Amino acid sequence: MDISALPLGEITFTPEGGLRLGALARMADVAADPAVREAYPVIAHALELSASPQLRNMATIGGNVMQRTRCSYFRDVSAACNKRAPGSGCAAREGYNRGHAILGTSDACVATHPSDLAVALAALDARIHTRGPGGERTVPFADFHLLPGTTPDREQDLRPGELIVAVEVPPHPRPLASGYLKVRDRQSYEFALTSAAVALHVQGGVIRSAGVAAGGVGTVPWRLRAVEQHLVGRRPAGGLWAAAAERAAEGARPLAHNGFKVDLLRRTVERQLRIVGGGS
Amino acid sequence: MTRSQSMQPQSAVGAPVARVDGRLKVTGSARYAADHGPADGIEGVVHAVLVEATIGRARITGVDTRAAEELPGVLAVFHHGNAPRLPYRDNPFPDSINPPGERLRAFQDDRVRFFGQPVAVVVATTPETARHGARLVEVRYAAERVGTDLAAGTPGGEPETYGRGDVEAGLRSAEVRLEMTYRTGRNHHNAMEPHAIIARWEGDRLTVWEKTQWVADPRNELAAAFGIPQESVRCLSTVVGGAFGNGGRTWVHSVIAALAAREVRRPVKLVMTRKQLYSGVGYRPAYEYAVRLGSDRSGRVTAMAHDVRGETSRYESHADDMALGRMLYTTPHVAQTVSLVPLDVNTPTWMRGPGWSTAAYALECSMDELAHELGIDPIELRLRNEPESDPATGSPFSTRRLRDCYAIGAREFGWDRRNPTPGATRDGDRLIGTGFAAGAYATERMNAQAYARLDADGRVVVQSATSDIGPGTATSMSQVAADASACRWTPCASTWATRCCRPPRSRRWPGRWRASARPCRTRATCCAPGRRPRGHRPGLTASRRRPGRVVVRDGWLSVGTDPGRGETYPQLMGRNNRSHLEVIGSYEPPEESGFSMYSYSAIFAEVAVDARLGLVRVRRMLGVFDAGRIINPTLADSQAHGGMIGGIGQALLEHTITDHRDGRIVNADFAGYLLPVSADVPDVRAIYVDGEDREADPIGVKGLGEIVIVGVAPAIANAVFHATGRRVRELPITPESLLG
Ligand SMILES: Cc1cc2nc3c(=O)[nH]c(=O)nc-3n(C[C@H](O)[C@H](O)[C@H](O)COP(=O)(O)OP(=O)(O)OC[C@H]3O[C@@H](n4cnc5c(N)ncnc54)[C@H](O)[C@@H]3O)c2cc1C
Ligand code: SF4
Repeated sequence: MDISALPLGEITFTPEGGLRLGALARMADVAADPAVREAYPVIAHALELSASPQLRNMATIGGNVMQRTRCSYFRDVSAACNKRAPGSGCAAREGYNRGHAILGTSDACVATHPSDLAVALAALDARIHTRGPGGERTVPFADFHLLPGTTPDREQDLRPGELIVAVEVPPHPRPLASGYLKVRDRQSYEFALTSAAVALHVQGGVIRSAGVAAGGVGTVPWRLRAVEQHLVGRRPAGGLWAAAAERAAEGARPLAHNGFKVDLLRRTVERQLRIVGGGS
Repeated sequence: MTRSQSMQPQSAVGAPVARVDGRLKVTGSARYAADHGPADGIEGVVHAVLVEATIGRARITGVDTRAAEELPGVLAVFHHGNAPRLPYRDNPFPDSINPPGERLRAFQDDRVRFFGQPVAVVVATTPETARHGARLVEVRYAAERVGTDLAAGTPGGEPETYGRGDVEAGLRSAEVRLEMTYRTGRNHHNAMEPHAIIARWEGDRLTVWEKTQWVADPRNELAAAFGIPQESVRCLSTVVGGAFGNGGRTWVHSVIAALAAREVRRPVKLVMTRKQLYSGVGYRPAYEYAVRLGSDRSGRVTAMAHDVRGETSRYESHADDMALGRMLYTTPHVAQTVSLVPLDVNTPTWMRGPGWSTAAYALECSMDELAHELGIDPIELRLRNEPESDPATGSPFSTRRLRDCYAIGAREFGWDRRNPTPGATRDGDRLIGTGFAAGAYATERMNAQAYARLDADGRVVVQSATSDIGPGTATSMSQVAADASACRWTPCASTWATRCCRPPRSRRWPGRWRASARPCRTRATCCAPGRRPRGHRPGLTASRRRPGRVVVRDGWLSVGTDPGRGETYPQLMGRNNRSHLEVIGSYEPPEESGFSMYSYSAIFAEVAVDARLGLVRVRRMLGVFDAGRIINPTLADSQAHGGMIGGIGQALLEHTITDHRDGRIVNADFAGYLLPVSADVPDVRAIYVDGEDREADPIGVKGLGEIVIVGVAPAIANAVFHATGRRVRELPITPESLLG
């Protein structure tokens, strides 16, 4: 079904300072929007580090959030894959799984969610607006992508006939420093090994609120609540970034080839906290 | 062209002229193998799509083709159960470059030898239908245990050995001994153009439009497979969208296309998918390269033992040339074993700088380790081991300007600004390191034949049985032709090859088919209307009496004593009522030249390593090459930059990954197999040391296409060590290998 003619391409700010991205807004347009760059650099960075200019010129915000895993067994129809063919098994668990998830995995599936934008949206507490036969709904971003559990074929909280119409970022207290770091083998045009989206509101020398999420490591865009909790109420100084980042990989279950991600995730988060929050 | 007419040098060779086929390529009008059609007389073409084995080793117990055959538009499905038996005559060297063993045959038995092997082909009226049909073919297997992992320690075959001196004694008495093993991952060529072929039969005669690096090979292999005379096969190859070694031999899909075409009595086009290219054609094999080095304290390497294991298939033994360790340094005691490990994989093949680039990684990293151990500058260490004659044969080198390469490279790169201590240079979160490596590549000479014709309109046409795989062969050939006929080089409309297959009858190998910017390939023309020098008078009657005294310059023929009196080629031919003059020339390298002939490289790399995140970025790279005469510096740069970028891939990114449980390649696409992108390729520069090599061949060329990658990976690996103090002995160098 071609939805490209629907009037869902708008990029608008709410009077309270929230941001509403129409589902059909192009990745390139959102990344280049001066107001987006000013208010939410983390969104612009995440988009600019995604895919290639050609793809970003065509691809949409809704499509990006909905994109499916890059697990190569998922895309190889001759391989066992519970996500593609429920009940057939998971070739990746005992196979080649360097790119796979360490967080949120299940026996049934260990695939990562590949989107960069979704990581930024997770850190910003975004909401998904949908419309369908049953009317309109608003789904918190954290609930939208489903953990694989025993049903990895079910990936989003989207009902039959429902469409994403917009993604909304709620107003955030200002000043808000934010940014996105993507770690990958080559410098462009590759999905993340690990990534970190960080948004910090610092006032009076104290971190009042923190949004931190990671990519390349989770079966869904991975919100790092333990890291956030460690930050809030503290002063951005000395060993704070390292101490907070230490908690990034809590609960990680590494596989044969992706064990390095546990450490790399902590380091990625620490680096990005420092880049956004300052200090050494 | 970057030069104005008035500045055009006397000689076309050496001028940085633009590619004669450049416009065709950038406008998309150059026609690659699969692009041919009705305009080339190919009518009613139908399409073939391969069905690949989804198991690594098995016997096929059944093929169900009903669903595919019921699809409207499907013409036929062929597999081992119904394909005609083919004669498959032997096709050994030098008629082919098939390695020893029994080549993979088109549906001649029920064996599955590797994951992805073609087990059936669907022929249909459209590519979409053929692809759909291929998905519907069901193949049943009796599975067998599969072994695809070189690291699993499967014993290799009888090793090829080399030795001089007494290496064990040399090692025992050495003041310093080092021992290490280097590992390299499997790499795929990943040319932009996929392998593709159109096959058409007319009676017993077969014509193929084929992607190949060597037009005689499809002819010979197809003739052998179908048991028909070589003269009955014609291979046409105009432009080739990159091959890097993978178009050297003729793979089974070409025979399958010809088989299908014969059976359905229609021309058949077969284009491989990107995924199929990871199992349907060759690759640079994975290697384990163990080095033991012995040296004295002053850095004279006295003993070197190299024990190499490489992967090959169970049906053929592809051996890369690992001779670098024998000739690069004076070392008196050298021992080498090279052993091939047969695995359930498809046969590897040559890939840019084959063997030499792998050997250079091990040898040149080990030299860097020794330099560090001894506290000697890495370049100085090389100089202390620089031979005066080939230490493997005792023969003199034809030319060896490696010292010049070192000196020029060190100066241009700023090597003397280097702080030798590893891990000592920092730029923010990044550690900066520089690395160096040397390399060599054997100059290969083959029999070659070319046809040259001078037309009455002054046009020179040169033809040879070869294809232009991308280095700009048509351009460089036309430059050579312009000089040889003493004509002015002018690109003209038809400068570019449209047909390359005129296999001369008795030749064996077509020209020099691997290096760049070399003569005697494809068809090239250069317009040479000839210009009368100002104030000069026409007429050249003297030539008849004393032909030896005729001087030709810029297409103007005159007699030595009176340069003002002369005529142009068109005038000469007009006067003699000739439409053209033609000649077939051939070249046969002497059996024993008495010289050792190699191209050389000195590679310098600077990397920035974000050690906390394990990220290596090449900042700049300089290659200094001794490749003999450079026919065209613009084309040479395109070779050198491409080769060096390939080396970045080999060092940091490229790695074909096999799931050893079933032999499946898990990253068979451009998202999973990482090639360098523009952002990974910063400042890459090449310098060519002056000089021709008249021993190598009549035009002084040693070859550039392969040497440009040799030494790149070790230079980068050595720079990573210098940046971090950490020695990674495995390619590619990944973030995980640098963490912790
Ligand atoms: C080679 C390559 C590299 C890439 N690299 C990256 C990367 O590094 N980082 C990254 O984040 N992304 C990457 N991407 C993904 C890319 O950025 C796009 O997000 C992706 O291609 C989907 O965008 P699209 O708008 O074309 O969606 P489509 O392909 O049109 O849609 C994707 C899916 O979402 C559904 N869908 C689309 N819109 C809606 C909607 N409004 N409501 C409900 N369902 C909808 C579609 O039905 C479909 O199932 C890469 C893609 C490619 C091909
Ligand atoms: S990880 Fe998930 S997507 Fe990948 S093979 Fe297993 S089930 Fe399929």
